[in-house]
Amino acid sequence: MNKTLYDKLWDAHVVRKNEDGTNLIYIDRHLVHEVTSPQAFEGMRLTGRQPWRKETILAVPDHNVPTTDRRVSPTDPAARLQLQTLDSNCTEFSITEFPIHDVRQGVVHVIGPEQGATLPGMTVVCGDSHTATHGAFGALAFGIGTSEVEHVMATQCLVMKKSRSMLISVEGKLGAGVTAKDLILHIIGQIGTAGGTGCVIEFAGDAVTELTMEGRMTVCNMAIEAGARAGMIGVDQTTIDYVKGRPFAPRGEMLTKAEIAWRELHSDPKAKFDRIIRINAAAIEPQVSWGTSPEMVVGVRGVVPDPAQEQDSVKAESIRKALVYMDLTPGTSINEIAVDKVFIGSCTNGRIEDLRAAAALIRDKKVAKSVTQALVVPGSGLVKQQAELEGLDTIFKEAGFEWRQPGCSMCLAMNADRLASGERCASTSNRNFEGRQGQGGRTHLVSPAMAAAAAVYGHFVDVREIA
Amino acid sequence: MQPFTRQTSIVLPIDRANIDTDAIIPKQYLKAIGKTGFGPNLFDDWRYLEPGEPYMDHSRRQINPDCILNDERYLGAGILLTRDNYGCGSSREHAVWAMVDYGIRVVIAPSFADIFFNNTLNNGLLAITLDTTIIEQLFAEVASNEGYTLTVDLEAKTITTPKGEVIPFEIEAYRRKRLLEGLDDIDMTLLQANAIRAYEERRKAKVPWLF
Repeated sequence: MNKTLYDKLWDAHVVRKNEDGTNLIYIDRHLVHEVTSPQAFEGMRLTGRQPWRKETILAVPDHNVPTTDRRVSPTDPAARLQLQTLDSNCTEFSITEFPIHDVRQGVVHVIGPEQGATLPGMTVVCGDSHTATHGAFGALAFGIGTSEVEHVMATQCLVMKKSRSMLISVEGKLGAGVTAKDLILHIIGQIGTAGGTGCVIEFAGDAVTELTMEGRMTVCNMAIEAGARAGMIGVDQTTIDYVKGRPFAPRGEMLTKAEIAWRELHSDPKAKFDRIIRINAAAIEPQVSWGTSPEMVVGVRGVVPDPAQEQDSVKAESIRKALVYMDLTPGTSINEIAVDKVFIGSCTNGRIEDLRAAAALIRDKKVAKSVTQALVVPGSGLVKQQAELEGLDTIFKEAGFEWRQPGCSMCLAMNADRLASGERCASTSNRNFEGRQGQGGRTHLVSPAMAAAAAVYGHFVDVREIA
Repeated sequence: MQPFTRQTSIVLPIDRANIDTDAIIPKQYLKAIGKTGFGPNLFDDWRYLEPGEPYMDHSRRQINPDCILNDERYLGAGILLTRDNYGCGSSREHAVWAMVDYGIRVVIAPSFADIFFNNTLNNGLLAITLDTTIIEQLFAEVASNEGYTLTVDLEAKTITTPKGEVIPFEIEAYRRKRLLEGLDDIDMTLLQANAIRAYEERRKAKVPWLF
């Protein structure tokens, strides 16, 4: 056998090959949130269609939800209407929803795996680009637009062409204090924000297989920031141990049967990839993004780059624009950059392991006086519950962090959590685009430990020097 | 979906690579539950001087005179010319809805982000990829010729410049057909309902835990 993991997943989901070169691909799991679904439900209503298999859909409000007092509705009437619309659509179409007051509510890409709603071998879609997260389970998972959300609801299928395959093999061991987040930021820095366009990336190699499921999800989550259609990692014991016993996962005899099938979900030794990239794990430092695209990233011991050194004129202009927006000067040491706010959370780094890593850094320490706000937003109600059981909330609160309710929060600032113009934030989220965390806000992407350290010192520091 | 056959219009040049969908339509406008009315908020952060909110009367907001969308030369443009990796980032289809609502029917770039590219097709927006050298040429011509228009003919797969130069472009056959006919994708798939059901039966036997 010489199939890639992607080949195996693709082949298992081809309903029909069309004459025009497209394929009808079957979708096993459809995750839905409030922002990209209302127009799809409206389309279903206008055409009088019903969901093809409503039991494959799981809905949750996350982008707009307030992370403060949940007894109070959002003050923004548009957000309130969108949240109510999701509730009423789920009721009307008999779709399973974890509403805002359900302890299982959280960021859609955190709750899917947490519930076992994401399983190895599945095709998983959601009207959200970070659906790539679920590829960590040996699944084919990708973000879709709202028209496609409606298409999947109505037909359980999508019309697709197969992407090219890329293998990113991370060999050797990550150093102490270097995390999955640093690994993926480093990869994006290497291949660029369009480096994976038209491709599905499989992440492999010792440094990847040694990651926990949380770490693997962080890596696959940001495959989209490299432009890839999807990111994925083969199934191993770590995957199976994580999935077992979760509410939506198979049990008993069915689990035994599933386990046999899941163990086949890896690339064969002679599988052929269209492109192979090898990365040396040991050379990766904790990363900090300095610009307005996730590829604009450098090791914590590095400096802000100089556009004059860039040969490509389009790239040099991008660097210049980014430095103006970020208010940074070429040659500035990364550890001299002071932050106003710190955000720990998101579908990239809002899981229990992330909160543990951040808490370990701030135990018995205080948030620097110069930092005006430090937020911890757990990825789900269950992550929050677990963290509280471990006393992490106390550590955060005693250090001066705000301990919030789960949601997307300041990752995209659709709710009230946002940066003011000119504010600089150390953020564990996934995008540093202009205005992403609030108009005029300046985002530096980092790992949870690096964000926690920046909160304590008021500027970026190398976590390896303080651990 | 409105079919696309031919478009002649002014070209709006946005000379910037990696334009993300957050820039095309900022998040505060994603709270809408409809598909229309996003046009005034296309590139909102660049286009206006003060931050915008959905409930505002956008015609009364102070415009940014340095933003190319506010340059009189390019008012009424139906063709957008831009750089690599256009539409990267968030999957928000609102980005395409905003472009179409603004009046853009064609976007030309060296490359597009995957999800954005699919979203264009579902809204009758023609996305054309051209070699960087031709893109450079078009940028230069737009800059030096006021009122520069292009004619895009999807039937013939050509772009014609004001001087009469004909630039051919490639497009996958199924994309071209869908755009030309403005077909409803869901209806087309539902014609395959029997094949979907047959697949489900086969699949259920193999992976019963998913059913």
